[in-house]
Amino acid sequence: MNRKATEPFVRIVKRDGLPLWHSWLIRLAALALALAVCAAVIFAIVRLNPLRVYGAMWQGAFGSAKRGWITLRDTMMLLCIGVGLAPAFKMRFWNIGAEGQILVGGLATAACMIYFGSAIPTWALLLLTFAVSAAAGAVWGVLPAFFKARYGTNETLFTLMMNYVAIQLTAFFVAKWENPFGSNTVGIINQTHKSGWFPAVFGQQYLLNALLVLALTVFVFIYLRYTKHGYETAVVGESERTARYIGIDVRRVIIRTMLLSGAICGLAGFTAVAGASHTISTSTAGGRGFTAIIVAWLARFNTFVMILTAALLVFLEKGAIQIATQYNLNDYASQMITGIILFFILGSEFFINYRLIFRGKKEAD
Amino acid sequence: MTQLLALLQAALVFGTVILFGSMGEIITEKSGNLNLGVPGIMYLGGIAGLAGAFLYESSAAVPVPLAGLLIALLCALAASMLGGLIYSFLTITLRANQNVTGLTLTIFGSGVANLFGGAMNKMAGGVGQISVAATSGAFRATPPFLSGLGVFSGLGFMAYLAIILAILSSRFLNRTRRGLNLRAVGENPATADAAGVSVTGYKYLATCAGAAITGLGGLYYIMDYIKGTWANDGGIEKLGWLAVALVIFARWKPLHAVWGSYLFGVLFWLYLYIPGVSLDRSSQEIFKMLPYIVTILVLVAVSIKKSRGNEPPANLGLPYFREER
Repeated sequence: MNRKATEPFVRIVKRDGLPLWHSWLIRLAALALALAVCAAVIFAIVRLNPLRVYGAMWQGAFGSAKRGWITLRDTMMLLCIGVGLAPAFKMRFWNIGAEGQILVGGLATAACMIYFGSAIPTWALLLLTFAVSAAAGAVWGVLPAFFKARYGTNETLFTLMMNYVAIQLTAFFVAKWENPFGSNTVGIINQTHKSGWFPAVFGQQYLLNALLVLALTVFVFIYLRYTKHGYETAVVGESERTARYIGIDVRRVIIRTMLLSGAICGLAGFTAVAGASHTISTSTAGGRGFTAIIVAWLARFNTFVMILTAALLVFLEKGAIQIATQYNLNDYASQMITGIILFFILGSEFFINYRLIFRGKKEAD
Repeated sequence: MTQLLALLQAALVFGTVILFGSMGEIITEKSGNLNLGVPGIMYLGGIAGLAGAFLYESSAAVPVPLAGLLIALLCALAASMLGGLIYSFLTITLRANQNVTGLTLTIFGSGVANLFGGAMNKMAGGVGQISVAATSGAFRATPPFLSGLGVFSGLGFMAYLAIILAILSSRFLNRTRRGLNLRAVGENPATADAAGVSVTGYKYLATCAGAAITGLGGLYYIMDYIKGTWANDGGIEKLGWLAVALVIFARWKPLHAVWGSYLFGVLFWLYLYIPGVSLDRSSQEIFKMLPYIVTILVLVAVSIKKSRGNEPPANLGLPYFREER
């Protein structure tokens, strides 16, 4: 065993303090690379000029005023969930249960709209649904948090299972409220008198969604950055032992943070039902609870950066749906493209945090 | 009695799908990688197997069932291992977050599978028109020496393969040196590294091998459970998450996963077979919650009891970077 001590072919060194513009440059490069790979894949499938395909994507997202508003509405929905996840993730609590929290929030909203729809005026109904849906989401979020805080139960798996309990619960109510009978859908709730629907603001139907979500975005940003609660959340996330040592009641912080996180995800269900679809089904969340995890993660839990990442993902989705209809593919092309782009962006984080030193190169300082 | 038998038969077929899924995930998780891409990998395995068989059957004049079976198996294994490789490369080499990478893999796999599944349906003439009768028939044929096993007879060969794989992987994990090394990597990678075990190598191999087994679950779903067709209805995704649940239920032991998977099957189909009660559709939905609620209860019970041997690998979901020890 007299192997000569050679320098390894490549070494990995941690970077510290990469300038902000540099890290965004790396991300943009990753995005460009991902788009190139997607273009190759699209070309392989449909034999079309990828540039025209990307042009069609732009058309799909912003091609008309109506499309633009729908893109905005869906961005706001995704942003809302991402904002809801931010406090939990800041605490390193893997809340994968947004999907379920959205559904129970939506379910609570639909229930209020159905049972109180004609009994109370819309403004009171909106306030009521706001409170009830937030409470429903909070309950769904706090259950795993309680067991995590008390017994250390794995929250990733617990929240994941809660999603499916929520989906079945929704299926139960959809069968109960089905309208018309035999359709297995709830139909548009309160279609005639529109009670419980978000009113149009300045003549724009989806402006209230945007205002509500932006308010939540600002609130969570301030909550996490400038309040004692937010600071405690961050300390628990960085090191539970440190938190305990400096006298933070860790259990309380976990439960409190998940109450907030669940409540905001419940509100996402509220905007989805009362502000957008006016109906409820098992696909009301439609995987957005999972996509939002990626939105939050890419933005490093900064709620303002999430506006960008949410917009990017919704743009991809809308664009891909447009490609699908225009070139006879199906909508799932968007999921594939999203997947490829996310793989590249996730991989690019490595080059932001580390750099490679090849054999023979002197280490630059 | 016939009702009970029918329930058990349905449970065995259902259980086999998630048994493959969770066996693969157990091996992956033993290396400390929490791969939430299980549904995505099952999608990839299923669609690749279907596509291989479809292309073969539509090009051959008289498709030979055995050839279709082998092609489907190879395609499924290759595609699901590729999924595992993407996950491994991103989380192990590029050090990306495991949860986020796994979820992305699920999005990707479901997109790829539904895109190509839909396209193949269209090529075959319309929704639900695709059919790989010969290959699917080969998958569903019971090996001749396995008849007369009571409820266990009359299943496709992969149902028996799953049980054999479970016994083998249990032996591998508990009775071999390599199995010990693998568990060491999942429990305490720094110690394993110091003992001269290649942490990166084991993680890569376990994740890719696990993905291959998981992918077989998708293939079994396509070829046996839905009899060689394709539907864009998210069926695989639902079962994929149940497979993740089963890993917890089985407490990371392949042999427990065997009976656990059949129990999940019974719980899933129970609503159809309750004697004397015919449920309306809404109450059926409540019954379908059972597997998930049982999993939650097990998860909580395990964390309260904290007995040795029942817990997840200590380093599950955590990255290991030698330089940051």
